[in-house]
Amino acid sequence: MTLLEAHGLAVARGGQVVVSVDRLTLEAGETLVLLGPNGAGKTSLLLALASLLPIRGVLRWRGAPVRDELAYRRRIAVVFQRPLLLDRTVRENAALGLALRGVAASERARRSEEMLTRLGVSHLASRPARQLSGGEAQRVSIARALAVDPEILFLDEPFAALDAPTREALVADLAQVLREKRVGTVLVTHDREEALSLGDRIAVIMRGRVRQTDTADAVFSMPADPEVAAFVGVENVLPARVVSVTDELTTLRIGDRTLEVTAVPPAGDDFPLLCVRPDDIVIARGDGASSARNVLASRVVRLEPIGRTVRVILDSGFPLVAHVTVRSAREMDLAPGQEVTASFKATVPHLLPRHRATRIDS
Amino acid sequence: MDLIAAGLVGALRKIAELDPDVVEAASASLVVTGSATALSIVAGVPLGVVLGLTRFPGRTFTLSVTNTGMGLPPVVVGLFVAVAIWRSGPFGQLDWYCTRQAMVVAQFILAFPTVVGLTAIAIQGIDPMLRLQVRALGATSLQTAWILVSEAKLLILTAAMAGFGAVISEIGASLMTGCNIKGDTRILTTAIALETSKGEFATAFALGFILLALIFAVNAVTTWAQQRQRPA
Repeated sequence: MTLLEAHGLAVARGGQVVVSVDRLTLEAGETLVLLGPNGAGKTSLLLALASLLPIRGVLRWRGAPVRDELAYRRRIAVVFQRPLLLDRTVRENAALGLALRGVAASERARRSEEMLTRLGVSHLASRPARQLSGGEAQRVSIARALAVDPEILFLDEPFAALDAPTREALVADLAQVLREKRVGTVLVTHDREEALSLGDRIAVIMRGRVRQTDTADAVFSMPADPEVAAFVGVENVLPARVVSVTDELTTLRIGDRTLEVTAVPPAGDDFPLLCVRPDDIVIARGDGASSARNVLASRVVRLEPIGRTVRVILDSGFPLVAHVTVRSAREMDLAPGQEVTASFKATVPHLLPRHRATRIDS
Repeated sequence: MDLIAAGLVGALRKIAELDPDVVEAASASLVVTGSATALSIVAGVPLGVVLGLTRFPGRTFTLSVTNTGMGLPPVVVGLFVAVAIWRSGPFGQLDWYCTRQAMVVAQFILAFPTVVGLTAIAIQGIDPMLRLQVRALGATSLQTAWILVSEAKLLILTAAMAGFGAVISEIGASLMTGCNIKGDTRILTTAIALETSKGEFATAFALGFILLALIFAVNAVTTWAQQRQRPA
């Protein structure tokens, strides 16, 4: 069932349209992630969907246009990047949304206490909210939002200001609460890991436009255009030429290399873009014998350590990027100039039309 | 130095003995200034909240007028109020000339812009995201305003105290509208001026001490309230 639907929605700031969305929906119980780089218009879109910004277009709540904004806002809850707690006790903050809705004091106490407990901060209930740490304060902010039992929960980068361990713990706790309560959720983030761990569907926002809306798996494995591909971590977007297409395989040429993929080229496009995630490329020493259809003799150009992985830039007759673990890099004794083989299965790549810059979701 | 020492000793004696003239002037000051401050809070805080929260054509001009009002010369205010309530003035039928009501009106005009201006600044100083969060929690406009006032309560208290401070020490407007009548419109500042002109330094010092004590007490309460709110 569709909870929320935006049609022809536009947000203008300073006389300039900063967000323009043809259609976007939120289904009951799902978590929709608005994913995009900084300044893409994610927060403006979230505020528009929460009826906190003036908009053009139509916002429908369970099929009916939203006319009474206050009544609508009392069905939803919003958590911002900063906790934005009032200068009151934790208990009073957690009960604030209920108090504004005129809920009786005993019921307020019960529901806010329940949510503080769920978020693991009930022991702080009597503390002044302004004395909490960032992680504690954000937990109280989320408890305050959930205490009103919202039909939609809007989360605007609620973990962005937290340190890594605090963020990981809070993401895990929130994911559990969302699963249990099955509350429709719109989450704004620029973090791909958060999007993957919390999102049922992802809407990729760039320059105020929704460029792709799909399941998390589909967005990450089949990005709609090169820009989305780059943002979701598909670092290899390679211009190719279609040589032949059979029922089983598509044969492509990149430079003097021949590749075989199961993906079907976009209709009428003989020069598609081949997309391969760096994580899907296997690097080996020697001849690299494997069942993979694509085995490319390559030379290591550069190694770039990134946390627990190493980004390996290869010359495979064309530039190719692969990710290996630090341990694998050490065991293979990878170094610039070294000859290796890079392989990937025919089922891995995704083909994009080269001449269509964007796909606007409908 | 003997003159000052004698004045100080005499002042302490008058305070200890609760000299009727001193007590009358102190209580008149509290009643007049307290009433003017209370009225300026009742009228000024809501106006300051509106100015701090809303955007409308002429808002900047209104704020400029308010800020100008913070520097109004008391004697000019006294002159205008005196003329307004003069027997042949536009409000002459009120018969308020040389009464405490006239003094309250004059002091209200002096305190009001301070309360309005500083309240508007206090409200404007609140994080705009907090306001958005309160709205997002389902607050009506009135609930939003109430919560923001509550968040800015210390600064609004400071605004109120600044309004009090603007009038407790003034003399010109009170003298011109109240006429310094003993036992009625004689307040601490007008009494000090009178006693000094008569060479009654002990009484003037006593009145001065009480005036300073009043100002100190008000500031001490404000400071205590502010410090109480500081995180541990």
